[in-house]
Amino acid sequence: MATAMRNTKVMNRFDLTSRLIAKLKHEEAVIGGIGNTNFDLWAAGHRPQNFYMLGSMGLAFPIALGVALAQPNRRVFALEGDGSLLMQLGSLTTIATLAPKNLTMVVMDNGIYQITGAQPTPAAGVADIVAIAAASGLADSAWAADEEDFERLVEQSLSTARPALIAVRIDDKPGVGTTRRDPVQIRERFMLGLGARQPL
Amino acid sequence: MPAAEAHAAPRSADPAAQPQSWHGIVLQTLKRNDIRIIPYVPDRVLTPLIRNLHADPFFTIFPAAREEEAVGIVSGAWMGGVRGAVLMQTSGFATLANVLASLAIPYQIPLIMFVSERGTLGEFNYGQSLVCRTMRPVLDSLAMEHHTITRLDELEFIADRSIKQAVTTQAPVALILSPLLTGGKVFDK
Repeated sequence: MATAMRNTKVMNRFDLTSRLIAKLKHEEAVIGGIGNTNFDLWAAGHRPQNFYMLGSMGLAFPIALGVALAQPNRRVFALEGDGSLLMQLGSLTTIATLAPKNLTMVVMDNGIYQITGAQPTPAAGVADIVAIAAASGLADSAWAADEEDFERLVEQSLSTARPALIAVRIDDKPGVGTTRRDPVQIRERFMLGLGARQPL
Repeated sequence: MPAAEAHAAPRSADPAAQPQSWHGIVLQTLKRNDIRIIPYVPDRVLTPLIRNLHADPFFTIFPAAREEEAVGIVSGAWMGGVRGAVLMQTSGFATLANVLASLAIPYQIPLIMFVSERGTLGEFNYGQSLVCRTMRPVLDSLAMEHHTITRLDELEFIADRSIKQAVTTQAPVALILSPLLTGGKVFDK
């Protein structure tokens, strides 16, 4: 797997997020993690089924797991940075144990805390996110070799009844947009988008 | 003693006549309020509650690696339309200030937490007694609703009303289960 990582093309977060969103035709939920992952989700075009995290670093996958358990017939995507995932590696084992059939995790790996000044993460250069995920029990974990491979893995996960993790190597560019930081409205519109409540 | 136990045996034939346990009341209160998803980080005192929740197919109950992760899971579940609650002990609550301040409170999520209280009324671990002192100041600094439950006859009222208030006001609540209620943990291993 280390070889696969070295051979993996360095891509761009906004481009990949846009490619993912373009593939969603069934009101799939998308959880954007802290910072750049949700900035690029916002920039790719707001959808009622998008949730943007404004703090709680590392909780994109746990939040997505909760949505997936509550709505087993809806596919749920979560976008997380490598630094954020390092905060909650244990959540991979929880997800592997529960094995929701409708959860796809995307890890945007640039090896740095881009938003705080591009400091390297402790994992950069030594750890392999996909190997960690696989060893945590997530058998459907893979590096995307390039953009086309990423799209293929996204489509594959849509028709697989197991949790999937897709890791992508990305560049050091910041997020393209800036999410409107209105947590109540973000949450309310997300719940409306999921049909969990009706407007007044 | 065997004779006395034999004499007392008929009492158990009628479960309704038995005084309910604290964990039985918590389980029934969760169920009555349609709280289904229950991630936890275990605690010795919570063991009978966790065991009985696992045995009841109404609940989706599972361990999480960290309390913060459990809070994320029930937050997502609630946004998806299913209620949850998190079980933890005092030292686990001490890891939650960031997620309370950045997720549960600002997004107005009715996070329901049951905290088994360690660190007081016979604590034998100095670290537990210190971390316990951080719990209520953190709750108060965030102006969070919290109750310390000490009496069996008040448990159902406090838990049921607090859950309903959390849901209707979309605000988190911490229900602290005192050793006076649960017996606590008094042995040193």
